[in-house]
Amino acid sequence: MEMFATHIEEVVAVLLFGIGFTTLLLHRNLIKKIIGLNVMDTAIYLMFTSVGYVEGRTAPIMADGITDAAHYINPIPSGLVLTGIVVSVSVTALMLALTVRLYRRYHTLDIDRITLLMKGEDD
Amino acid sequence: MPLIRNFPFFCIMLSMMCGIGSAMLPGRIARKVTVALAAVVAALNAALMCHLMAAGENYHYLMGHFPAPWGNELRAGPLEALLCTLFSLVLLFSALGGQGKVKVQVDPNKESIVYVMLNLVLAGTQSMLYTNDLFTGYVFIEIMTLGSCALIMNRQNGRTMVSAMRYMIMSLLGSGMTLMSIMLIYTLTGHLLIENIRQSVEVLYMSGQYHVPLTVTIGLFFVGLGIKSALFPFHTWLADAYGYSTPTASAVLSSIVSKAYILLLFKIFTRMIGMDVVVGLHLNDLFFAFGVIAMIMGSLSATHSHDLRRMVAYSSVAQIGYIYAGMGMGITAGLIAALYHILIHSAAKSALFISSSALADASAGSKRFSDLRGAGRRSPVAGVCFSIAAMSLVGVPVLGGFISKLVFSQAAFSAGGVHMWVMLLALAVSTLLNVLYLFRTVITLYRPAREGFTCTVEKPDGAAVCAMVGFVVLNVLLGVLAQPILNVLTTGFHLFM
Repeated sequence: MEMFATHIEEVVAVLLFGIGFTTLLLHRNLIKKIIGLNVMDTAIYLMFTSVGYVEGRTAPIMADGITDAAHYINPIPSGLVLTGIVVSVSVTALMLALTVRLYRRYHTLDIDRITLLMKGEDD
Repeated sequence: MPLIRNFPFFCIMLSMMCGIGSAMLPGRIARKVTVALAAVVAALNAALMCHLMAAGENYHYLMGHFPAPWGNELRAGPLEALLCTLFSLVLLFSALGGQGKVKVQVDPNKESIVYVMLNLVLAGTQSMLYTNDLFTGYVFIEIMTLGSCALIMNRQNGRTMVSAMRYMIMSLLGSGMTLMSIMLIYTLTGHLLIENIRQSVEVLYMSGQYHVPLTVTIGLFFVGLGIKSALFPFHTWLADAYGYSTPTASAVLSSIVSKAYILLLFKIFTRMIGMDVVVGLHLNDLFFAFGVIAMIMGSLSATHSHDLRRMVAYSSVAQIGYIYAGMGMGITAGLIAALYHILIHSAAKSALFISSSALADASAGSKRFSDLRGAGRRSPVAGVCFSIAAMSLVGVPVLGGFISKLVFSQAAFSAGGVHMWVMLLALAVSTLLNVLYLFRTVITLYRPAREGFTCTVEKPDGAAVCAMVGFVVLNVLLGVLAQPILNVLTTGFHLFM
């Protein structure tokens, strides 16, 4: 139990990952799927940042002329999170664009209904 | 550093630049640029392969001369160069062979987008093969995801949009799991560079620490990239995505994109985690089990389908099963067999997709078997191309598929035990099923047409004929030159490690 108390960020991140993953996989509404995708990605970023954070240190920006590495947190996870955010923004944009197209064509956001409607039309 | 050693970097940058440039060009010119680029990339990679084979070494390439933890690093060897050469050739022929269909099926204003995506896929494939940094690998996984989704939805009708959506959802689940496992491996080892991770993993494994997190991480990598490369239980997105998009898109997706993910997984398992650790944790059995099931189930689904394109699509599931089963045997011979099968399947599957679209054109656009009777005579080049590729996959001697099945069984014999029996049995059953659906199709193509079936025969255009001839040559060469290719693979694999 002590582990849970000291690693609260990681526990929350894994829970959020699970919630996002199941929403993306199982939810029928496309918009909610996209929300699930973002929750899932954000959970990973939370985990990354909590891994890189060191209690009592500051952001790795050299402002006061302190060159000692022990003064700063680990900058690599933060860098990875930035890259990850860029990736998930572009993926979300593509998913939203696709959703708009599907909605214009079938007038619904329910993926199961869309599949049914699609099977009804000729190719 | 000699100029030739810059080639991997040149090829990746050239592909990306052409991708960006193509977006601004009209479709006709973008197509020429793409074809020229693929030819140049193939030539450069082939030259690099010869150079590295002669030198018998591989090397690290420091981007901008910054050493690794600060800069980005590529690592090139004969194996990566050979694979890149083949993938760019396949892309070249697929772009040529499918161009007629692209003109018809894609909105003329958006034709160049097809070629932008092809260039991005080429850049992504090469980066995933050459990179020595796990996170760079992840970034290119996402670029490939976006590129291949756009390739599917380039042909705009209901079916392709829905299948693009399904592809995207499954793919993103896979990327999410991959990112999670990269995060976990970073927490465990504190590195992102593949060699450094290897050293730390070795230490962890030897000291008996963190075995459970390590197992979970490897499992997540496997499932994440397995979803993206259409391994059996995760292949639900595949049939629609390959069945309804343009032939170029299906060919490139099945023979390049899914292979790139498999090769990244291959790199993760052999070079990053180390096969001894994977075997020690008994995770290769997971690979093996999934692979064998896919070999059988994929072929079964293919025998059930009534549509040519979907049949070819389902046969990919089986062939990907072969590759995973080879990787799961846990011995070097199995890994080399898997690599050889990647080459064979890449060349044959793209040939099948391109020629099946030409055969459908010769049968009033229908993809049903009853209408395809006699299509091989109405469109001789497509018929020959389809038959050669089908025979290669079935494993007719002289062609590559035969050699691949031979090396798989040899690997099975040296693996021994349960692996041997299961693999040999699965090979036999899967080959029988292959014969059942592929030869049945080939025979259908040369049977007299159905009573009263008349259609206007659309002749394939010149470029498509060139592409199909190219595919035939490629497939035959992969079989005839099997020994030299296996030599490069073996040498390359030992350098790759």
